[in-house]
Amino acid sequence: MNAAIAYVHEQLTGKKEFPKFKAGDNVTVNYKIIEGNKERIQSFRGDVIKLQGEGATATFTVRKISDGVGVERLFPFFSPNVESIIVNKSGRVRRAKLFYQRGRSGKSARIQEKKRAIETA
Amino acid sequence: MKGIIGKKIGMTSIFDASGKQTACTIIEAGPCVVTQVKTQDTDGYNALQVAFGDKKEKHTIGAEKNHFAKANTSAKKCVKEFRNYFEEKNIGDTITVDIFAEGDKVDVVGTTKGKGFQGVVKRHGFSGVGEASHGQHDRQRAPGSIGGSSYPSRVFKGMRMAGRMGQDRVKVKGLKVVKIFADKNYILVGGSVPGHDGSIVLIQK
Repeated sequence: MNAAIAYVHEQLTGKKEFPKFKAGDNVTVNYKIIEGNKERIQSFRGDVIKLQGEGATATFTVRKISDGVGVERLFPFFSPNVESIIVNKSGRVRRAKLFYQRGRSGKSARIQEKKRAIETA
Repeated sequence: MKGIIGKKIGMTSIFDASGKQTACTIIEAGPCVVTQVKTQDTDGYNALQVAFGDKKEKHTIGAEKNHFAKANTSAKKCVKEFRNYFEEKNIGDTITVDIFAEGDKVDVVGTTKGKGFQGVVKRHGFSGVGEASHGQHDRQRAPGSIGGSSYPSRVFKGMRMAGRMGQDRVKVKGLKVVKIFADKNYILVGGSVPGHDGSIVLIQK
């Protein structure tokens, strides 16, 4: 990225921090919803199928199956409406973009959980 | 008139407090140096000559060197004039992004990207022939008729035809100043600005 654009992104993003996650991970995104004057938090849980962009404009897409219907939502990392992101599971996948998930349902849409390396003392 | 010379850096986007995302262009504006003050008495009109962007001395001709020396500054790449400047400036004064404030509406002047020799469909928005069959062959993007035959026996001036496209001076009016980084001389204006990255733009109000 151009150094000048990188500087502007740094100023715009501030100190907002997120846990690290990748495509294939199962995350819960808590985001603000404004209804009239009221503000409340809603959560969206699903598998990350895409991470895109860099700096202040980076986004990620979360996919879940809701009542048998696939639902995808795109979240900008630095939107003030994204309250927090929680990583529930990290999945074992072999690509960075999991668009093949769109054609799958049921058992074949499952993402295998990544086995952690056994720590030896 | 308020005005400053800048360099287009590139585009990004910014969120407002309600979460609305706006595309914006980053412009490195100034610092500019006043190199000449033109007045009604001496030049017949009031204007400020302003210079921006350093260039190497070996690329500067003698006349320019003297001209910049009068303003006590190094050789500059770009020299522009602003008529009826909003405040009095003297030779050698600097102009920075501080003349603008966040929320201001500004006009941005730039030179659009050159597109080369283009046909009428791209250049003037003609719709083309529209059919590939019914006797049409190799003329999907042709302009069609350009006028009558025996009368008027000529093609009218200004007939829209193929030719060089782009590289025009364009002014975009009413862009909002979204943010200013005064320490780095960056100014973020909402929306897009004519020209490629690195091109010279004028920001006016």
